[in-house]
Formats: sequence, C-alpha cells, structure tokens
Amino acid sequence: MHWRKPWAAWLYLAPALLIVLAYLVYPTVATFYYSFLDAHSEHFVGLTNYRWVFTSRAMHIAFRNNLLWIVVFTSATVGLGLVLAVMADRVRYESVVKSAIFLPMAISFVGAGVIWLFMYAYRPANAPQIGVLNAIWVGIFHNHPVGWLTTRSVNNFALIAVGVWIWTGFNMVILSAAYKNIPRELLEAARVDGANEWKVFWKIVLPLMKPTLAVVVTTMIINVLKVFDIVYVMTNGNYGTEVLANRMYKEMFHYYNFGRASAIAVVLLLAIIPVMLVNNRRFREQEAL
Amino acid sequence: MMMTRVLRRLSRLPLHAVLLAAGLLWMTPTIGLFVSSLRPPDAVMRTGWWTVFAHPLSFSQFTLQNYIQILTAQGMGRAFLNSLIITVPATVIPIGVASFAAYAFAWMEFRGRDVLFGIVVGLMVVPLQMTLIPLLRAYNHLGLAGTYVGVWLAHTGYGLPFAIYLLRNFFGALPRDLLESAYLDGASDLTAFFRLVLPLSIPALASLAIFQFLWVWNDLLVALIYLGGTENVAPLTLKLSSLINSLGQNWHLLTAAAFVSMAFPLVVFLALQRYFVRGILAGSVKG
Repeated sequence: MHWRKPWAAWLYLAPALLIVLAYLVYPTVATFYYSFLDAHSEHFVGLTNYRWVFTSRAMHIAFRNNLLWIVVFTSATVGLGLVLAVMADRVRYESVVKSAIFLPMAISFVGAGVIWLFMYAYRPANAPQIGVLNAIWVGIFHNHPVGWLTTRSVNNFALIAVGVWIWTGFNMVILSAAYKNIPRELLEAARVDGANEWKVFWKIVLPLMKPTLAVVVTTMIINVLKVFDIVYVMTNGNYGTEVLANRMYKEMFHYYNFGRASAIAVVLLLAIIPVMLVNNRRFREQEAL
Repeated sequence: MMMTRVLRRLSRLPLHAVLLAAGLLWMTPTIGLFVSSLRPPDAVMRTGWWTVFAHPLSFSQFTLQNYIQILTAQGMGRAFLNSLIITVPATVIPIGVASFAAYAFAWMEFRGRDVLFGIVVGLMVVPLQMTLIPLLRAYNHLGLAGTYVGVWLAHTGYGLPFAIYLLRNFFGALPRDLLESAYLDGASDLTAFFRLVLPLSIPALASLAIFQFLWVWNDLLVALIYLGGTENVAPLTLKLSSLINSLGQNWHLLTAAAFVSMAFPLVVFLALQRYFVRGILAGSVKG
C-alpha cells in the first residue's frame, strides 16, 4: 500500500456528499416535517394531512388507480417482455424486432403522450375518424366511436397501454440477457429426455429466471408508484384517472396545500421502501448466481 | 427429408407471425405521428394518416410547412436550444462529481467507507416527489427558480446515487495489480484517477452518459417544478406539454412538435444502443 493523507478521500467525496445532502437528505427530512404542518407550513396539525390522505375521496381514486397500474402495467410489461425475449431468441432477425420494441424507451413520456393522444383521437360518428383506434373500432367493427380517454371504464387502461408501449422493451432486454445466460446444454438435455418446448419453458427456463424476474417486477412497481407524466399530459387526472404523483402536483400548484402534498410524498416513499428492499435482496441473489 | 423441412418451416410460422405483428404494433404509433407531421392541415383533419400509403410515391401530399411553423412561430426552436443548454451540463456535472466519489469509494481507505457508500446508494429509494417542496422553497429564496443552474444542480442531485453506485462497481472491478503497481511507481491518487481509472472506464462512463442524457432530455417533472412558468428557459418537454393545451386539435402542428422533441434522442439512442443496453444490464442485472 502507498502512503496517503487521511483526509484526501474526503476531498474526492466532498462535492458528491454536499450535493446529496442538499438535494436528497435535507429535502426528505423537511418534507417529513411539512407533512405534519398545515397548508402553508405554519402550524402543527398532527396527523390531519394523513387522515385526509387515507380517507378523502380524491385520494381513494388515486390509490385505486395506482393499484390498477401496479397490477396491469407490471404484469403486461413483464409478461410481454418475457414472451418476446424468448420468441425473438429463435429467429435470425432478433435484433431488428428487439430494436423496434425497445425504441420507445428513447421517447419522452410527453412525446409518447402526443403520439397516443393521436392514436386515441375521437371524432363524432358522422366525421371521418383520424385516430387509429377509432378508425378500426368504427370502420371494421362498425361500433360507435369511443372517447378512449374520457370514458371511465376504459381510460385507465388506455393510459396504462401507453406505459406498456414504452417499458416493455426495457424488460425484454433484461430478460433476454438472462435467458441467454441459461446454459444451452441444459435445455438440450431436457429436450433429449422428451420434454416439449412448453415443459422446458415452465420447468427449466422460468425457475432459472426467477431472480431476474423478481428484479424486473420490483423495478416496474417502483416505476409505477411514481408515474406522473403520462397522466399529466394525457388527461391531467380528469375522468377518474388521477394517480398519487399527479394528485401531489395538484395539491402543490392548484390548491397550494403543501401539508397534504408532503403527506402524499411521504406515503409514496413508505410504499417504495419495502419494494426496494425486496429488489435489493433479489439483486444480490442474482449476482451470486 | 424435404417433407420434414417444409413441416418445420410451417410450424415456425406462428412464431414469425407473432413477432412481425408485435414489431408492427410497436412501430405504428410513431410512424403515424411522423407521417401526420408531414401532411397539410386540411388533409390531417379530413383523412387518416394511413391513407397516404394508397399513393406512397406522390410526394405532393407531403409538406415541411408544419415544421417551419412550430420551430419559428410556436417557439420549438428556442425550446430545442434550451433542452441542449439544460441537458449537456446536467449530464456532464453529475458524472464528473460521481466519478471522484466512486474512485474514493473504490480505491481509497477511510473510516466508515462501506457505511457511507450504503447510505448514498440507499438514497436511490427517495422518490423525486419527496424533495420538490423544500427545494422549490429554497430555490425561491435563493433566486434559483427558473434558472438553468438550478435545474443542472437538481438533475445532479437526483442522478448521483445511481451514478456513484454504477461507477463504484465498475471502478472496483478494475485489476487490483494494475493500480497497486501504479501506486508503487509513485503515482498519486489524482494521476491514477485521470490516467488509469477514467480511461479504462470509458464503456461505463458512456453507458451512464447516455442514461443521464435521455433521462434529462425526456424529463418533464423537474423542469415543470423548477422552471415552470418561465417561458424563455422552457425545454422541449415543457413546451410540448403546454402546446398540447394551446394547440388542441391542430394535429399537424402537434405531431411536428412532438417529432422535433423526439428526433435528437432517437438518433443518439439508435447510434449508441449498445452502450445503453449495457448500462441497463449493469444497473439491474449482472452483465
């Protein structure tokens, strides 16, 4: 070992630590504190904000929608990502297909919002439909045009579809790498022993990919808990599509209630922590493989 | 022999069909946007964009007028510049700061190193939302709201934990002998850092740079909070989201504006996809 001044390391660390302290640690503590104060952070109000978070109608809708996002978005992105990764592995034009599906990762949520607003465009029944979805719905299936973003039974799914379009490629890439890590001899041996493709997939591939699947699932859940842009751009949380992050923004900039907004942020953090812990543990398991 | 080969081909037909359908399904929305951005306004409102494929070679049905209008009259040109001004430093600063810290965590000895590293990485759990209110208040006091510097620093803060985590793992995996012998030859930490560690870590730095670049370029929330309401510094995402409200059903302009906001990251992404994939894998699975 070579001789070092004991304080040298702190010089290297100082900029990073100062910024992290100012931009992550201090604000986190302050937001906790604000969540127990009133709208203008002047008076202590105890748990009033948290009572509102868990009992108000607006927040019920936001919680419900976040839950819907967690279930539908996560299963769709992971399911599709897995199926596409395994299927694409079998063809020569694998990289082309994967690029096409991965491409939306480069597009902002706002850009994707415009793309899909246009896909979902609604015109009255007597006007020509210029949105792809209604063109198919009306032109091929002879139904009445649907306002996909304003109709309460479908609009949340319409928003989730945009998220799925963006994120499936991410999961596909990760799962594809994990799939390619499985020793081919293992699969061949099973096939020689008479197992069909279906059985190989369920009995060998899936169990071996479990740690990676867990990482991907938890990553998606963390993503979705924070989902904001898509909803903000496409419906602004109207027609029953509000999510937690969107509601927090509204509490800040429409109602100027910083106590409630802080309480939502704290709930978000508390929801993320356990998922992150699972993610970490699985990640280490996988690294140990 | 022949028969079995034909049968094998046939049995693979569904596989090709599904993959083709998926690829097409994923491309359609973007193609629709691009085609519409090149059509004159009355055509966009009168017929679906897919009708252009009836006469794919009649170029008279396309126009660049929409792009000219949104870049000049609608201010997307200025917004593009703002996005560049925001994104370049907001990519360079965090990676620079994180490199120094990651070097210390990987190759220097000091008390509490592992605990401190654990805490920094643990901060990845903090959602952006948790920081918005206190920081906005501080920014309003310090006059940083609505400034480029404010946004650069915010993106630096949010990006640091992941950047330090990724770089420390990469730096730490560099061959020990190499650094030890450099130290024995009298190399200082600064020399080792600049002459050995950084050059050897170009792949990791590149992955991280693409990540951070895409994240910042495509970010809406940070810009919305710290730059909101200051039109002359608004980046593309912010500008585009306000155009959605002001342009309403003017799809010919909206699609052109959206494509302007997407063009640059799409080019970067397509050119450097390999590094991006590597970054993703390093961040979430072993590569």
